[in-house]
Amino acid sequence: MAKGRIKVDEAMCKGCELCIMVCPYGLIEMADHFNAKGYKPAVLIDPDQRCTGCTLCAMMCPDAVITVYRETKIKPSPAYA
Amino acid sequence: MAKELLKGNVAIAEAAVRAGLQAYFGYPITPQTELLEHMSARMPELGRTFLQAESEVAAINMVYGAASTGVRVMTSSSGPGISLMQEGLSYIAGSEVPAVIVDIMRGGPGLGNIQPAQSDYNQITKSAGHGDFRPIVLAPGTVQEAIDHTVLAFDLADKYRTLVFVAGDGMIGQIMEPAELPPMRQPAQTRPAWALTGADNRPKNVVSSLYLGAEKLEALNKRLQAKLQQIKENEVRFEAINTADADIVIVAFGTAGRIAKTAVTEARRQGLRVGLFRPVTLFPFPSSQLEKLAARTKAMLVVEMNAGQMVDDVKLAVNGKTPVQFYGRTGGAVALPDEILDQIILLDKRYPAKKATPNGQGVVISVA
Amino acid sequence: MVDVMMEKAPEKVMWAEKMVYERPAALSDIPTHYCPGCTHGLIHKLIGEVIDELGIRQRTISVSPVGCAVFMYDYFDVDGAEAAHGRAPAMATGIKRVQPDNIVFTYQGDGDMASIGMAEIIWAATRGENITVFFVNNAIYGMTGGQMAPTSLPGQVTGSSPNGRDVEMTGMPIRMAELLAGLPGASYVVRRSVHNIQTIKQAKKAIRTAFQVQMAGAGFALVELLSSCPTNWKMTAADSLTWIKENMVPYYPLGDYKVADVVKTLNNRGK
Repeated sequence: MAKGRIKVDEAMCKGCELCIMVCPYGLIEMADHFNAKGYKPAVLIDPDQRCTGCTLCAMMCPDAVITVYRETKIKPSPAYA
Repeated sequence: MAKELLKGNVAIAEAAVRAGLQAYFGYPITPQTELLEHMSARMPELGRTFLQAESEVAAINMVYGAASTGVRVMTSSSGPGISLMQEGLSYIAGSEVPAVIVDIMRGGPGLGNIQPAQSDYNQITKSAGHGDFRPIVLAPGTVQEAIDHTVLAFDLADKYRTLVFVAGDGMIGQIMEPAELPPMRQPAQTRPAWALTGADNRPKNVVSSLYLGAEKLEALNKRLQAKLQQIKENEVRFEAINTADADIVIVAFGTAGRIAKTAVTEARRQGLRVGLFRPVTLFPFPSSQLEKLAARTKAMLVVEMNAGQMVDDVKLAVNGKTPVQFYGRTGGAVALPDEILDQIILLDKRYPAKKATPNGQGVVISVA
Repeated sequence: MVDVMMEKAPEKVMWAEKMVYERPAALSDIPTHYCPGCTHGLIHKLIGEVIDELGIRQRTISVSPVGCAVFMYDYFDVDGAEAAHGRAPAMATGIKRVQPDNIVFTYQGDGDMASIGMAEIIWAATRGENITVFFVNNAIYGMTGGQMAPTSLPGQVTGSSPNGRDVEMTGMPIRMAELLAGLPGASYVVRRSVHNIQTIKQAKKAIRTAFQVQMAGAGFALVELLSSCPTNWKMTAADSLTWIKENMVPYYPLGDYKVADVVKTLNNRGK
């Protein structure tokens, strides 16, 4: 399975926890520190690399603070062959 | 352009079209509806926007929308409609969007009637909506002036990015008299930098009257007040007839001013030294000119088609330098010249002492 | 932005990390003032995504309501106007009729559109104004602190229906999609929700179609979107989404209420 990861803009996150609800593997938790606005931002806890970059968390986020990356196979171009 | 026999409402509409009007939104209300009807035919003919809205509330907000794209936009109504428009007018003022409003006043309050009246003077000069703002208000007395003021209104609205009223009444809207229309001027092709046209490789524009936080809104108010000060200094217009050696000066605007002219002529014929001072801009009000004039008169008679509204501004301007008498007809009744003449004669008897004019010759104050 | 991460081992297959989702460019970078979990922000995001995908940002003009979304013009990187309460459809009419090439959309709450602005929306739809309207129904007046709205449900406790909405006194909640769908001038009127991933996907498609209707000059398009108000419903963000599903959807069924033929023929509808 392709591997993925997310980046949360901690300053903009309002700690609403909706992303937690939709992550199929429960990989998101609230950090234990506060951001400048006093919210505990979401953070990806994924030691076993189970995140597939499915973007559900980003779809649910009401503040569009989550950026999602996914590993995709690339055919080695001549330069690397 | 030659003189034509024109109905006031139609003349105003055509003048606006020739001033490059791009969009008109209105609602039927006597005594201005012919203006809307003329637009309904003329604007589509020129490929411009015309729409009869579902209410004056909708109409003024359509005006606000269209005007925020930087084109020349207008609506017209009468007292009851202007009352419905006041919220929109305040938003327009608060976002400094230029717009022209034609108000053909009628008998009030309430449903009132459709006779000519001036009982919305305070509404448009002082409280055209909530908040500290005042539109420029032009008061035509003839169909020709109504034409000229409509063209002027657009220029002033654009020049100061403000609201401009052309305040006529049922008489001016409904009468027909010879007048000359201006040449056709094409709508402007370019749009001002603040206009909403789509942020196409430029930073976005916002047209809003919302300024959360006192400092921002105070800054906006200061800007508006500075503009009003500029308008007061540069845009005062009035007409003065036989005021140079006048003992008694009648102060009257619009139709009342026109009727007072006849009374002045008759009074002069009877040997009374009477003049007429006719404010053409109700805002900016010609206060300093009135104050100077007051010093040389033994009394002033303010004549209005209402229960006394401009009289307050006259008193403020005159500041006690001369007695200010008021004569008004309300409910759409219009004073006839003889009634005004009777008032002049009464006033003359009441204040017999003639004030010497300081240097003997009069200063003819011409229309600025 | 592609970070090329080379595998050290000379494997035949190379992996590269690719970004698959980012904040829409049409959204400005100003953080919204909406309460945590409020789906106003989510709907803004969907609209932003669609504006990007349709490539219309440079010619879009937004018309903000009065209500929680009054600052919408700050949140989109498009020309914006702020309308008087309830008057956005009239303001949008003025803008669109003078500049038909712009894409004009209003974004209005239930108090703004279904209460004070009822006449304006009925008439914009009746005239078939070629504008796009996003009607966000969260069954409450949010900005003013939680009063009863035209769409508050029977028995719903709010700041101005402390004992629960008494329909004998206030009448029944109003279904705007059904009401507007009945007007001949309306070309596309649907109701969607955003209370879970599935409905979010459907909502985005509808938002896209609603813009496409305008782009094709095919008349008046409106998407009613059931939305949450955690603060004034006095619930957590997650519970408020459940509340939509269990209470609002039954009273406000999701679905297409008007899809005029001219919209059906739009070949790229929703794509």
